[in-house]
Amino acid sequence: MNLLIGDSYGASHLREVVRGLSGVDEVGATQRAAMLGTRSIKTSSKAWAIDLAISMVDLTTLEGMDTPHKVRAMCAKAMRPDPTDHTAPPVAAVCVYGDMVKVARHEVGTAVHVAAVATAFPSGRASLDVKLLDTTNAVDAGADEIDMVIDRGAYLAGDYKKVYDEIVAIKAKCGAAHLKVILETGELRTLDNVRGASWLAMLAGADFIKTSTGKVTPAATPPVTLVMLEAVRDFASATGKHVGVKAAGGIRSSKDAIKYLVLVNETVGDNWLTPQLFRFGASTLLNDLLMQRQRLGAGHYSGPDYVTID
Amino acid sequence: MPFEYAPAPESRSVVNIKPQYGLFIDGDFVESSAGKFFPTINPASEETLSEVSHGDQDDVARAVAAARKAYDDVWSRMPGFERSKYVFRLARLLQERAREFAVLESLDNGKPIRESRDVDVPLAAAHFFYYAGWADKLEHAGFGPNPRPLGVAAQVIPWNFPLLMLAWKVAPALATGNTVVLKPAETTPLTALLFAELCQQADLPPGVVNIVTGDGSTGHHLVSSDGVDKVAFTGSTEVGRQIQRIVAGTDKRLTLELGGKGANIVFDDAPIDEVIEGIVNGIYFNQGHVCCAGSRLLLQESIFDEVTTRLKERLTRLRLGDPLDKNTDIGAINSAEQLRRIEQIAVSGDDEGAERWSSPCILPDRGFWYPPTLFTGVTQAHRIAREEIFGPVLSVLTFRTPDEAVEKANNTPYGLSAGVWTEKGSRILWMANRLRAGVVWANTFNKFDPASPFGGFGESGFGREGGVQGLLPYLRSEER
Amino acid sequence: MGSLRSDENRKRLAVNKTHKLFIAGAFPRSESGRSYEVFDSHHGFLANMAKASRKDARDAAVAARNAQRGWANATAYNRGQILYRMAELMEGRRSQFISEIRQCEGLNNHDAEVVVSASIDRLVWYAGWSDKLAQVIGNANAVAGPYFNFSLPEPTGVVATVAPESSSLLGLISVIAPTIVASNTIIVIASETRPVPAIALAEVIATSDVPAGVVNVLTGSPAEIMPWLASHADVNGIDLSGVADAQLAKELETEAAGTIKRIRRPSPDHDWFSDPGLGAIRSFLEIKTVWHPQGT
Repeated sequence: MNLLIGDSYGASHLREVVRGLSGVDEVGATQRAAMLGTRSIKTSSKAWAIDLAISMVDLTTLEGMDTPHKVRAMCAKAMRPDPTDHTAPPVAAVCVYGDMVKVARHEVGTAVHVAAVATAFPSGRASLDVKLLDTTNAVDAGADEIDMVIDRGAYLAGDYKKVYDEIVAIKAKCGAAHLKVILETGELRTLDNVRGASWLAMLAGADFIKTSTGKVTPAATPPVTLVMLEAVRDFASATGKHVGVKAAGGIRSSKDAIKYLVLVNETVGDNWLTPQLFRFGASTLLNDLLMQRQRLGAGHYSGPDYVTID
Repeated sequence: MPFEYAPAPESRSVVNIKPQYGLFIDGDFVESSAGKFFPTINPASEETLSEVSHGDQDDVARAVAAARKAYDDVWSRMPGFERSKYVFRLARLLQERAREFAVLESLDNGKPIRESRDVDVPLAAAHFFYYAGWADKLEHAGFGPNPRPLGVAAQVIPWNFPLLMLAWKVAPALATGNTVVLKPAETTPLTALLFAELCQQADLPPGVVNIVTGDGSTGHHLVSSDGVDKVAFTGSTEVGRQIQRIVAGTDKRLTLELGGKGANIVFDDAPIDEVIEGIVNGIYFNQGHVCCAGSRLLLQESIFDEVTTRLKERLTRLRLGDPLDKNTDIGAINSAEQLRRIEQIAVSGDDEGAERWSSPCILPDRGFWYPPTLFTGVTQAHRIAREEIFGPVLSVLTFRTPDEAVEKANNTPYGLSAGVWTEKGSRILWMANRLRAGVVWANTFNKFDPASPFGGFGESGFGREGGVQGLLPYLRSEER
Repeated sequence: MGSLRSDENRKRLAVNKTHKLFIAGAFPRSESGRSYEVFDSHHGFLANMAKASRKDARDAAVAARNAQRGWANATAYNRGQILYRMAELMEGRRSQFISEIRQCEGLNNHDAEVVVSASIDRLVWYAGWSDKLAQVIGNANAVAGPYFNFSLPEPTGVVATVAPESSSLLGLISVIAPTIVASNTIIVIASETRPVPAIALAEVIATSDVPAGVVNVLTGSPAEIMPWLASHADVNGIDLSGVADAQLAKELETEAAGTIKRIRRPSPDHDWFSDPGLGAIRSFLEIKTVWHPQGT
């Protein structure tokens, strides 16, 4: 199989790529993910994992009611998550709509990355021209990372070429910005589709593959993330390129976040345990991580009034 | 940076192991007639956990007499519905004290707490729940209008799943109205003795369940006893053969659940990541101390390299060590004797020219350990492809066509389990039809459920445990 | 040679039949060349029977093994049709069977008719089971997980049977029919002293659609032949219906333990007229359980 990343492939070749992938048995994959969820991460491991998780958070606000002040508040939190404890690491990035990139960029400087959702997020139902312009605007406004959504309709209709070409085109507009490709796995539904879409995205040049927009339920789940981690592992062994994974939506507790880190560790290995290759797309998760961090430090449980709202 | 998992041991404080245990006869713990004890050790540390009574012929006779009396006076006369409630009680108590049983099982057996906690104990409780519900519905089981119990059941169980095998034996026997004398394995008596306490806690009538600990001689006395109507054994084919000979010519009903050399067959269109998990679960679950283990991996030749490479990568991630650590995947080998046996057969693999690969894990200094191991270059002619190893040792063979896969899978006197991995539905059913095995796992492996009958073809034994079929070995119905 | 009709008044010399074995659909003599005489209930000479040897038993085991896969792979409908066809052919030979039963069991005409009718009816009863066993003995199992799990009955394989000694036809049918309707193949050693109806039944089988090797009939001494079958590694089950001698039964069961054979041994005074139930069928069935995940 010819695997030249970003090449202009014909429809039949892409179909061959997707259909040539091994199937996923949903029950087996779900059980594997559940088993890894029983790993017991305690004491020093837990402290290490919590700090790592904080450093992997893409602190996110993607609301119609977002305002400059709201975004600024979030940016402040991103840079200094725990004002009472400066040893708490900053998060990986803030994630905002394109029109808020300038505000965010101004606020965070170079301390954390600015990620922008683009391509008619979250539905992606717009012409390619609109999506390209959306991307260009975000990059021009200073985004380090672009979170695009794939055309799920095209994928489900079997038009893999449309999905692929769109990603290639967006990637071309990203310039130096990293491209995260959202599969919206809650709409792809089957794990076979998740695997197929993961490969299309990686082949098209994705720097990250991301589970969800956060606007569709279910969002990130352990089995979906497992299959995506398997895909990046296999893609790395086929091409040498390390693609990151972002689990976004629905991850709210430290316990859950640590389960994802175990999933990464035991599926693709600790090379991926870095913000360069694994992210959490979340808003409320950060405060739970901070409360757990305080609990480990102080030896007693913390409460929501002892962490900041953003 | 490596993600080190800090030790996460389950607390031992939940169990209270007595320094010595008597035999459980007629509702009480009693001294053995000869007053002899033997130690039971923790195979992960070699520390002695307790001293357990050695039952001899007199003790067996006492237990059988108690079981007979309980059968005649109480248990066989009790309405099914009342019996049912006792068995439900046992099920519920097992759940209530699940943590205690799990920790004790891992201590005495060496299996990882993750397995005793998530598999052995919940399944044992589920077995009691399942059969409890049958006790008052036997006339609907399809064995005639008035199925009757047999009487006293002699039950001898192995060390690989001590509590679960107890449940497989005791639950259907009690539900059908039989009383039992159970002989736990020599190296793993403790959960059975804790179960005896559970019987007391449940106010089970004295003598309905009797537990006589001891060694092979104790088991021999039990199955030879004239006072038993039924013999149920789980263990090696060799011992099963001896028991069948002992029972020959008598009116005792016999069921045997014996050894296996299960084939796990992988086609090139199989879901590869789940295949790897299925192989691991098939042979490294419970250190390979599983009669239905997928100990022969039959790979379609075209995927040999891919599967073996991925499998080795996966095996290097298995965590071997303290059975009580919640993150342990591979625990201790149950006994020094079993470890020697595994080592011996594995060496025959080397001698016969197969290529050995072992996971590079560090083995603890004390206790009995064997690293997850696989052999490639194995043919049907190798000892490691024919004999049950009962350890974490996988033999990898190849095949070219579905016919050849079936032929190789069936080329064994055993017939307990088989696995088939393919995304093609019609091929699964074609294979399932042809495989000579009591359990066929398609796109999964080593799954168990009280509603699902389990048992072998050929030299893997006869009779079924689990499901409606699991009632029949304990019932007198229709003609023989 | 004169007219056959002209010999009417001369007493005719009967053509004595030497009965042969029935192995792999053919009627060979015993390879040992041995035969033995059997007598009617009044001790009068009845027939010469082939006296099977261990090698005949071995040949029968090979025949039964060779036939087993194909018999099991036939549709249940087809197996039922074949058993019913057997019954039809028996019905056509009613008078022969009645006469043989009268001779060897010493029954009067009425009682012999009752036996033959019961035998034919029993075969019809079993014929109807072929496509119902999976439904009655198999089932879907409600396991606690996302799996479809079902259990199906499968044949044990090759079964060696000692037919009841006294009930030479009804007893014989009652051990053959349940074994073969469950897709096993059988080596049956006929009643040692009353073997004639067994050979008549073999002739029925030979002319029906029962594939060669599915039923193999040996005559001779069970005590001599059966130990070889009880210890034979390619025999999967033994049926000791016709073994009344407790010591022999024990020896055979002990031999059978060598390869963990399934054993059926009804009470020696079993009433073959009684309702058979499913017990005999279950004796040589294995339950196979198949699991498959349910997922998308």
